[in-house]
Amino acid sequence: MTIRASLLGAVAALAFAAQAAAQDFIIVNATLVTGDGSEPIEDGVVVVERGRVAYAGPATGQSYATDQIIDVNEAWVTPGLVAAVTDLGLVDVSGVASSNDISASDARFNAALDVAPAINPISQHILVARTNGITRAFVAPDPSNSIFAGQGAIIDTSGDGDVVMKPRAFQMVTLGEGGARRAGGSRTASHVELRNALREARDFAAGRWSGEDNLLTRADAEALGPVISGRQPLLVAADRASDIRAVIALSKEFPRLDLVLVSATEGWTVASEIAAASIPVIAESLQDLPERFEQLASTQSNIGRMHAAGVEVAFNASSARFTHMYTQYAGNLVALSHMPGASGLTWGEAFASISSAPAEAMGMGGQMGVLKPGAVGDVVVWDGDPLEVSSAAIRVFIDGVEAPLESHQTRLRERYRDLDESDLPKAYDW
Amino acid sequence: MASVMRVIVGMGSAMALAACATTGSSEALADNGDSTSTAVETSPVFNKDPYPSTYRPYPGVPTALVGATVFDGTGREFADTTVLFRDGKVEAVGSGLDTSGYTVIDGSGKYVTPGIIDIHSHLGDYPSPSVPAHSDGNEATSPTTPDVWAEHSVWPQDPGFSRALANGGVTSLQILPGSANLVGGRSVTLKNVYSRTVQGMKFPGAPYGMKMACGENPKRVYGGRNRQPSTRMGNFAVNRQTWLDVKAWAEKDERKRDLGKETMAGVLDGEILIHNHCYRADEMALVMSMAKEMGYRVSAFHHAVESYKIGDLLRENGVCSAIWADWYGFKMESYDAIPENGALLYQAGACVVIHSDSDQDIQRLNQEAAKAQAAGARIGIEIPDGEVIRWITLNAATAMGIEEMTGSLEPGKMADVVLWNGDPLSVYSRPEKVWVDGALLFDANDRKRRPVSDFELGQPGEGDVK
Repeated sequence: MTIRASLLGAVAALAFAAQAAAQDFIIVNATLVTGDGSEPIEDGVVVVERGRVAYAGPATGQSYATDQIIDVNEAWVTPGLVAAVTDLGLVDVSGVASSNDISASDARFNAALDVAPAINPISQHILVARTNGITRAFVAPDPSNSIFAGQGAIIDTSGDGDVVMKPRAFQMVTLGEGGARRAGGSRTASHVELRNALREARDFAAGRWSGEDNLLTRADAEALGPVISGRQPLLVAADRASDIRAVIALSKEFPRLDLVLVSATEGWTVASEIAAASIPVIAESLQDLPERFEQLASTQSNIGRMHAAGVEVAFNASSARFTHMYTQYAGNLVALSHMPGASGLTWGEAFASISSAPAEAMGMGGQMGVLKPGAVGDVVVWDGDPLEVSSAAIRVFIDGVEAPLESHQTRLRERYRDLDESDLPKAYDW
Repeated sequence: MASVMRVIVGMGSAMALAACATTGSSEALADNGDSTSTAVETSPVFNKDPYPSTYRPYPGVPTALVGATVFDGTGREFADTTVLFRDGKVEAVGSGLDTSGYTVIDGSGKYVTPGIIDIHSHLGDYPSPSVPAHSDGNEATSPTTPDVWAEHSVWPQDPGFSRALANGGVTSLQILPGSANLVGGRSVTLKNVYSRTVQGMKFPGAPYGMKMACGENPKRVYGGRNRQPSTRMGNFAVNRQTWLDVKAWAEKDERKRDLGKETMAGVLDGEILIHNHCYRADEMALVMSMAKEMGYRVSAFHHAVESYKIGDLLRENGVCSAIWADWYGFKMESYDAIPENGALLYQAGACVVIHSDSDQDIQRLNQEAAKAQAAGARIGIEIPDGEVIRWITLNAATAMGIEEMTGSLEPGKMADVVLWNGDPLSVYSRPEKVWVDGALLFDANDRKRRPVSDFELGQPGEGDVK
């Protein structure tokens, strides 16, 4: 009986999410995290109006016109997390090729590949991510047969019909070992390939495209137009210190590029140079093994050391084994701050590394991952410290609309809470 | 002659331990009976331990950890307690103990657990750097390769061992062959202490395990080559015929040496423990029936993401589930994984072990266990912290057949001990000191008391905190 009731509740909630407009609401009595790197504050208030944050901070006594006041009774309240970079929505089961749109190994195109129309907003992985407090994601394709992976999108995890907040938000390119393999077997080839592509794109943009003697397809050359003009960030995956330096050199050679470093496992060894070049980093986090020769200096202190050197650094969600482990991994950065010789982050900085920092790295600072006026109304209520492994999100609002926390996983959990089949098989328990 | 004697003595203790592991579950014993005891008596005379452990504990000092919260691995938790160890062995856990003659370490505000044990690791057989030249975990040339031994693949210079020790507090681990094959070969259990040779790491007296695999992997690998098995029914057909062939071989009076059959006969004899990679509940049930049909016992299902669907069956058969906390949806047979798996198993009275199968997650088994605990708490299944620590210590040891020697802080056991700088079930805590057989082999406060593998010498990051 209770199971039936909870199902009806789920259906109703889904319908609500799909149809409802954002309602204004006020959260009071919160242990409030604004996501800007500051520490939590007690007795916090969040005001959401027309789907956006109107106020977040200490209780001021100011009155607001709303009938919806949510007293969270000192629970933790945070901005929704921003997962950068991830494959959320591109795959149901990674090992099942037909359900997997992460990379296009036999495609004729590369830079022109665009994840936006491929995203499945109700993929179970999106639902699981939402249950873990992730409300925005920078969804990127993986490279396949070219150093260019294609164009990523910024999405929300509401599961409604309009999750793509910004299509073609960035381009992905891979250097280092992976780029070398794809370009023809050597880093020498990947650097020529990259420069040639940028030149051909520049020709295309300038109307000098002949179609003859070009290596890019017309679609790929066109797709790289916003990259060479600096309107679309170019995310460059590189790990070895020398590869990172090559990216810094690229920024001098092509000053209009809006470069963002991705992974940068050895970034800490060249942190001052990255900081001087003002290139943000969406960084490898807990990798501490020389899995590849380009990662010999890997350490869990990578993010902490880069941060200390003044690098604008965010946490790469794809460096967590699963996207839903985002908070756990960030919590580990706090743990490092207590270890002799290691470098971690303060609690507030660690939280920011998975909320506001990814947004800032992508030029979306102030718009998401933070509770401040004008930001999207993505608010998460937690049952404990959100970076602690024992905690979970208990309420998630996206654009001011509460999203359900049901999934295939929660339905299985309810079915198998007991193993009683005395009346009917489990298949009837739904 | 003396060395031969030592081999035989060593074997005897290994067999005794294997028997302990087997009798750990009275249900399983009742199910299997003693239908398979004949093979031992007619075994041809050969050295069953040709690559013996040369591990020797390193020197330690008598040590008293005073005032910490202690999880002893058996499920118990003691506040403000002292742990004494000396000569490589745990002496006592209690309050008001005399610490004179011991090096006293203040544990107030800190926590003590037994050394963490990973029942499922590929350190050494898939070492870092993970280049093809190092890919030594799957002898994927035949669906059944019981003749291969993981210890012949383990590279003792894998940098991963050091991370597992320093960040994970791991003191013992089982290295398994991969899961490409239905029968993958023998596992090896190691002390997490670097050595010039793999034999120098081998856990003295640990029984061998044998890896088996259900489901997608074997049928994909061999079906892709247009040979049996290409289906799940093919998996079972090959498994059953292989067991029948072993039994026929074992019943002969005169036998030629056969490495594969010797290993599988060792399983039938209860000397070698089965570690069966198996995701789906329905397949685990079939495997338990196959084990009864053929006369062996499964010690643990690994990657058992659907165990929660058959907690009752697993309890009745006395089979442990070695699981991740929340890995999900990466292959078809993991699509029904749920984070409450461990808690639902615990509720059903079945054995839970948290495993890693990862050179990264082996550094966070404590966190994985805590996640599984918390998922239970959210649905009303309250599991005491001490029980959760047991999932990564004594339960793992039991399923590996080394529970008489390690896995808990009980007098006479190996002094495999971790001092944590905070609650090990918190994301904010890390090992501060780790002892193996009473020897201090990691100390966060002493930068030289941290192992650095040969591979990392003279390279970027040598000796870093990692």
